[in-house]
Amino acid sequence: MRMFKDVLPRAAMLFVIFTVVCGVVYTVIVTGLSQLIFPFQANGSIIMAAGSRYGSELLGQQYTDEGHMWGRIMKLDTAVYRDKEGRRLMYAVPSNLSPASDEYRTLVAERVSKLRQANPEMGEAPIPVDLVTCSGSGLDPHISPAAARYQAARLARARNISEEKVQKIIDQCTDGRFLGVFGEEHVNVLEVNLMLDGVLPLQEASL
Amino acid sequence: MSTVLQYILYLVLLVILAIPLGKYIQKVMEGEKTFLSPVLIPWENTVYRILGIDRSDQMSWQKYLLSVAAFSGIGFVFLFLLQLFQGYLPGNPQNMAGIKWDLAFNTAASFITNTNWQAYSGEAAMSYLTQSLGLAVQNFVSAAAGMAVLFALIRGFMGIQTDGLGSFWVDMTRIIIHILLPLNLVISLLLVGGGVIQNFRGAESVPLLEPVAVSAEGEILSNAQINLSDNTVTVGGKIIKDAEIVTEEFVPMGPAASQIAIKQSGTNGGGYTGVNSAHPMENPNAFTNLVEMLSILLIPAALCFTFGHGVKNIRQGRAIFTAMFICLLLALGSIALSEQAATPQLAQGGAVNLSMADQAGGNMEGKESRFGIASSASWAAFTTAASNGSVNSMHDSYTPLGGMAAMLLMQLGEVIFGGVGCGLYGMLSFAILTVFIAGLMVGRTPEFLGKKIEPYEMKWAVLVCLATPMAILTGSGIAAMVPEVAASLANSGAHGFSELLYTYSSCGGNNGSAFAGFSANTIFLNVSLGLVMLFARFLPIAGTLAIAGSLAGKKKVAATAGTLSTTNGMFIFLLIFIILLVGGLSFFPVLALGPLAEFFTQAI
Repeated sequence: MRMFKDVLPRAAMLFVIFTVVCGVVYTVIVTGLSQLIFPFQANGSIIMAAGSRYGSELLGQQYTDEGHMWGRIMKLDTAVYRDKEGRRLMYAVPSNLSPASDEYRTLVAERVSKLRQANPEMGEAPIPVDLVTCSGSGLDPHISPAAARYQAARLARARNISEEKVQKIIDQCTDGRFLGVFGEEHVNVLEVNLMLDGVLPLQEASL
Repeated sequence: MSTVLQYILYLVLLVILAIPLGKYIQKVMEGEKTFLSPVLIPWENTVYRILGIDRSDQMSWQKYLLSVAAFSGIGFVFLFLLQLFQGYLPGNPQNMAGIKWDLAFNTAASFITNTNWQAYSGEAAMSYLTQSLGLAVQNFVSAAAGMAVLFALIRGFMGIQTDGLGSFWVDMTRIIIHILLPLNLVISLLLVGGGVIQNFRGAESVPLLEPVAVSAEGEILSNAQINLSDNTVTVGGKIIKDAEIVTEEFVPMGPAASQIAIKQSGTNGGGYTGVNSAHPMENPNAFTNLVEMLSILLIPAALCFTFGHGVKNIRQGRAIFTAMFICLLLALGSIALSEQAATPQLAQGGAVNLSMADQAGGNMEGKESRFGIASSASWAAFTTAASNGSVNSMHDSYTPLGGMAAMLLMQLGEVIFGGVGCGLYGMLSFAILTVFIAGLMVGRTPEFLGKKIEPYEMKWAVLVCLATPMAILTGSGIAAMVPEVAASLANSGAHGFSELLYTYSSCGGNNGSAFAGFSANTIFLNVSLGLVMLFARFLPIAGTLAIAGSLAGKKKVAATAGTLSTTNGMFIFLLIFIILLVGGLSFFPVLALGPLAEFFTQAI
């Protein structure tokens, strides 16, 4: 009992100290430094063009138009989030499906036939796996270069531009591996679509 | 080729960073001077003055244990109340309501035990105040408490006929001020530089390139024609009445980076967002992924070297590290191969391209394009080896064998590096078990680091080793018989059982990752999982401190030619063998019902 009387007030005091230090001081210092040094990154990497906002380069969106590049399969969620006026907002979640079930086999088969129909130019070519799978966050803004190239012929036809131009856009929106090793090469789908729409400028390669 | 290089570099970088940090942590533990001392010592002394304690105070094991319990108990009550009343408190720009009692209990238990199991989705449920003042604080202090208990155990090995194990207050203060705060300040800024959000603004929204139509019942209408000029939605030529057109996307905001840094480095794992480090704002690219992933194992790996320095037997630290590292390699190898191979259900007889040309290939379900297989598989192995539990891909969508390897790492008792501090003191109990069994085989009284291991230590060591299997098997056994639990499963059949088993393995191992399809926010699951987490955290702490107290009271015995070496290859082999034996015997039957059954049926 005497031990308890000795321990309890000190435990409480230590807890208060570190709640202030780790909860308030630490958070405020990191936020202050971040806003000072990295204002764009710290605020959500939102794309601005001609004074308007065009999505965040970090959040995937769903594209189904023939003239837009398609991204990862998305499981949309419009139930959870609302804006200040009460209108629904879009968000997305991962599928959490097992890739070893019969239901999954059927699901992927449907996706394959839909993609083949939309991309007749590619015939029976195997479809890059990114296009038939849901991502980890549900909000993956990227696809692999293989998945982007698979759609180049369709985009060229729908937009009435050359495939080379589509490829140029894809190349411009492709990020390599970090230090050439870490992660995977990936294409930002929103940036591709904003370039196809003429919102973001396509820089003519000065080769 | 670069894929293989990636795996190798992740492991090499880890070892290169862990060795110097291990030495630094040992200096902090002993109160020696470091390069940060001039800046930090005044702050450390201020804390001692406020508490009215002296840096040389000593506690008996009972008092040390009581201090851990009291400190955790206060943290639990505070976090519980903070969640209940967050609706009335400031720092809540999205006007989140208070959390229900059972979820608040579960979350409080989860964060004080360093588990960070999450039955809620951060950006949808927790206010900024709760995140920073409640969850982030526990990320620091629960990690520090684990390390403090390890320090007490090291002092138990080193003490000679004393009962002092150091002071919990001094250990906590040093760990947080000298190790966790400076380290996480650096990690946070690296993360923000890489694109992670860090601000105090409310959530925002951005316009969608292609709007989405939702029926009056809230269902998403695919194949809808949307006319924005007169706000009509048509499906198959028919106008849908009262359909709503969604034109904006939700963008979470808030002080994320500061919390992500400590959830990684403190082996906590509780995501700022619901999908954790898979979220592109929590982990936007390969650079932030590298920083976050190395942070997972950095301190647990470093502590092996700290232990070596601390017990004045560097080879002992290396031997323990080697045993852990070999187990990590085995698990990483099985996850990587299994995920790259994917499943026949995904391959569609060749219609889906799973090759590695211009893409990651393999099982990309639940994985991000920027990470691919290598960075996802490595993370999965790291996070379940350490009791971290953060994820950058969805383990629920792993192949049966890949998911099983992750599950097994947790079931082995979270001793393959494990949580900061707790992984190593768990491992040392296995080491005690190993010298005991080896001692029986050669007919000698078992000794470890010059201390005789006797029945008292053995009883506690066995309890520490079996706490995790007991918690997991009892918990999942009961849950499997509760009818309402079936409604929480997202997948059917063997995979559904795997979801349940993974859930209890994660909580029983104080890991916190999930087969996330499982809907865990029910009263039964919140309460039972909360109890499992508390049991699996505090029984081993009590056991470890009891062992430390008993060891400190003993004489040191001199090593002779007959003393069994605990630093050679034979010991490392035996240690791994014992860990796999205990884990294998405990879990083979349930694994056969879940992932193994799923694996053998997938080929049919």
